[in-house]
Amino acid sequence: MIQAGVIGVGQTKYDAKRRDVSMGGLVREAIDNAMLAANVEWDAIDAVILGKAPDMFEGVVMPELYLADAIGAVGKPVLRVHTAGSVGGSTGVIAATHVCSGQFKTVLTVTFEKQSESNATWALSPRYPYSPHINAGAGGYFAPFIREYIRRYDAPEHIGWKVAVKDRLNALKNPLAHLHIPGIDEKMVSDTPMLWEPLRYLESCPSSDGACAMVITSKDLVGSRDVAWIKGMAVRSEGTLSAGRDEVNPQAGIDCAKDIYDQAGITNPYKEIDCAEIYVPFSWYEPMWLENLGFCDLGDGWKLTDKDATAIDGEIPFNMSGGVMSSNPIGASGMIRFGEAALQVMGKANDHQVEDAKVAMGHAYGGAAQFFAMWIVSSSLD
Amino acid sequence: MSEEEKKDYAESPINLEYHYTAGSATTRFLNQVKEGKIVGQSCPKCSAVYVPPRGSCPRCGVATNIEVPLTDKGCIESFTIVHIPIPGNPIVPPYVCAMIRLDGANISFLHLIQGIDVEEIRIGMRIQAVWKPKDEWTHSLENIKWFAPIDEPDVDVATLRFQES
Repeated sequence: MIQAGVIGVGQTKYDAKRRDVSMGGLVREAIDNAMLAANVEWDAIDAVILGKAPDMFEGVVMPELYLADAIGAVGKPVLRVHTAGSVGGSTGVIAATHVCSGQFKTVLTVTFEKQSESNATWALSPRYPYSPHINAGAGGYFAPFIREYIRRYDAPEHIGWKVAVKDRLNALKNPLAHLHIPGIDEKMVSDTPMLWEPLRYLESCPSSDGACAMVITSKDLVGSRDVAWIKGMAVRSEGTLSAGRDEVNPQAGIDCAKDIYDQAGITNPYKEIDCAEIYVPFSWYEPMWLENLGFCDLGDGWKLTDKDATAIDGEIPFNMSGGVMSSNPIGASGMIRFGEAALQVMGKANDHQVEDAKVAMGHAYGGAAQFFAMWIVSSSLD
Repeated sequence: MSEEEKKDYAESPINLEYHYTAGSATTRFLNQVKEGKIVGQSCPKCSAVYVPPRGSCPRCGVATNIEVPLTDKGCIESFTIVHIPIPGNPIVPPYVCAMIRLDGANISFLHLIQGIDVEEIRIGMRIQAVWKPKDEWTHSLENIKWFAPIDEPDVDVATLRFQES
């Protein structure tokens, strides 16, 4: 298999309403930044892979066709990926797989969401046939799993507040982040209204407009550029309404993580991974994913969070950029995790750089927590 | 909204209506629901019981062709209290949205809990369906108004996890 690396990551400024740009302008902003960072011209791009979450989130059906010119796909292969909230991650995996196949030398990939153009909570809360109309958005769906996590492991309620504060303090070091809340503390979080009990307003992600792009190339074309080498990547899914499924600790997440650790030769992720950008749209998913991804034993995730292990200067920093809790253009949110992991090992994460980060993980999940995409990137090929 | 903001976007409503084809398995289920009966379907390979049935077992990839009559009693596997209005949703918050695990079923489905102070609702609590009047029954789980607590000991939800025998 061809070895591949990320040579450019480009992001937009994330905000509640990017009314200054159209959908095409938004994706192009990320693409221009990625190509500038990668120092490549359009004739170097062999294929363009676009990802986004459900079309209902904006109301524009098959945007990859309408956006073909804005994303530079005219005359080139274009492919659209959709795996719900995990799509930003799985799009990165698909783009990298194109390069690893040897069929494409350099691939441009971009993901986006322009949530301000419609209402994602509405789109996620349809009236299903033959059922009562009680769907209440992503928070309404995930809150019962979070409640079960808290019950199962007797976790104290301040853990959720703590993650909400930590991620927003990290966001203050990232000028692109949507939410900048100076002075945020646990009291501020715990004073905000309950949305989907046990989740409060500031324990939930925002709705954002934004896009993220990456340029991925094969080893022989990297040259003297800064590069994040892709050491392992995988996607997994599992049945939503499947007997025996554990929504608190999904098997597909366990399997996906094991796959990338095996590819990257990682046996102890807590020790061998320097930092991670993990898809945490609601505060409690940090301890839940610490366990699901094998950073600790079951029931110990909240204890790691509680002792600041996931702080930017902790043992296993999580979401140095501020994470999904601070910027959530849904279709792009997974690729932001993948791209931020790449920036860390390239040493280009600026004020939210983890010192001497050499191995980083990017992670995304989506749907009913049944789609997963992950990768490991490294500063060296060895 | 200021005049300035009005210049750079336009409202463009879209509507989506669709005709849902239930398929044979769900049709069998809904015809029973219309009569006030809940009939799950079980997998001939792993014996998992699905309600509502969707026609196949995601574990084994085979048709769930064995009908399994169930009662309308079960327990709360987990729940949330929704405090915010959801666009397009007619139910006025706060309301309790619970994962209902019927006795004998191996998956849960979402429904409402009422008839109890929300502070007292807990995981593992025993509940039973409260049905609408018979003349209002249709091909829908909306025939059940909500689930309400019954005076039986709580269930340890750890015991609910399906294990293939």
